[in-house]
Amino acid sequence: MSEDEFAAYQSLAQESEDHRWAFGTGFTDPLEGIDTSVPAGADPAALAAYCLMLGDDALIYSHRLQQWMTRMPELEEETALANIALDLLGQARMLLARAGRAEAAAGPGPGRDEDRLAFFRDEHEFRNVRLAERADADFAELVGRLLIFSAWRLALLSRLAGSADPVLAAIAAKGVKELTYHRDYAAQWVIRLGDGTALSRGKMQAALEIIWPLAGDLFRTDPVTAALPGIAVDPAELRGEVDEVLHAVLAEATLERPRSAPMAPVSGRTGRDGVHTEAFGYLLAELQSLPRAHPDATW
Amino acid sequence: MVTGTGLVAAREVAAAVPDPELPMVTVADLGILRDVSEESGQVVVTITPTYSGCPALREIAQDLRHRLTAAGFGPVTVRTSLSPAWTSDWISPAGAAKLRAAGIAPPHAARAPRPGPVPLTLLTSRPAVPCPVCGSSDTTQTAAFSATACKALYRCESCREPFEYLKDI
Repeated sequence: MSEDEFAAYQSLAQESEDHRWAFGTGFTDPLEGIDTSVPAGADPAALAAYCLMLGDDALIYSHRLQQWMTRMPELEEETALANIALDLLGQARMLLARAGRAEAAAGPGPGRDEDRLAFFRDEHEFRNVRLAERADADFAELVGRLLIFSAWRLALLSRLAGSADPVLAAIAAKGVKELTYHRDYAAQWVIRLGDGTALSRGKMQAALEIIWPLAGDLFRTDPVTAALPGIAVDPAELRGEVDEVLHAVLAEATLERPRSAPMAPVSGRTGRDGVHTEAFGYLLAELQSLPRAHPDATW
Repeated sequence: MVTGTGLVAAREVAAAVPDPELPMVTVADLGILRDVSEESGQVVVTITPTYSGCPALREIAQDLRHRLTAAGFGPVTVRTSLSPAWTSDWISPAGAAKLRAAGIAPPHAARAPRPGPVPLTLLTSRPAVPCPVCGSSDTTQTAAFSATACKALYRCESCREPFEYLKDI
């Protein structure tokens, strides 16, 4: 091992105050040194709420993917999902940090950091779409949900890369490259299963029918987005592109477009309003129990 | 006070910092190191993440601070820059040669961003990735992801060696 290689490993293994790897472990601010001032004319409270929406989608979806670790049929697929989950977690960290800075600009408080936002909010304060929190029952549901989510998020982030908020635009432009890989990965599996055996085709079609009701939320216009013209992307704009992608993949997979009806909002409210499905409470309990039990723990 | 020749020396120290996950190449080879400058007499280093969740970034920042301080350039400020987003096209020819020598196929030119929807790769053809061991173009992707966010897994059908490919993004 050369001196340089040794130094790299030493730096990975080094123990020091600001040099640890998990919750409460001195992570540096993911937006350190980046100008996060709120663009002129933008409502900082709305910007904070918008960043929370997109950050929560990534955080919660990433957690669902992490739950598949050690349960995948092959090491290659497990590695793929771990990488996809890591990309989304990275996007979540930047978006939650951006939300906290915008919160500070809105005042009167100092704004929360990424850990406060991820671990110390309750269920009704999360703004993720209900699709992100769904637990996949099997591999077909996993790849079907990933295809719909990543096709939608890619369409969203590729538009957001032109946002009038340079921080959101930069986060989105990075995400586009990552999501392009995620969507291709999911599409290839949907095709392999759909255009596979009668059994795999049947399971893939059934999985899409089960997931489809949650896709309706993805294109619903919301008041936060409407309050940020030029900065946020109207979800209604995304339907055409997502439909086209799904159509192309389903045709190649010899699958039919799912026909199940969209899941209704609850008293007009969905995940974007803090109203979630029953599964979400369990997910959040797992995600948050350690930091809540030991709020100042480091390791 | 760091100026002129001092800054050149600081740049050399920063450029020599190895990537923690790919220690055969430096942060300069990979294009992660964006700038070394001076502000009010202090060294300011700017780096950019390869992937949003890349856990190596803070190790790199730590190593930069450590080495520059050890070389007499402390205190050092390390900044992150997100825009423009890192592209594998920033890997230098020297970096690509070092990757290949270590058995990792360097990336093809990244797909240039085009206006409009991002096309599905399965509907376009991917260029063949030549085997870094024997040079054969008869290779197969075995997994789109690998042990780190920046790589995919391949197998050479000629020499039968498995190898990694640094993804073009």
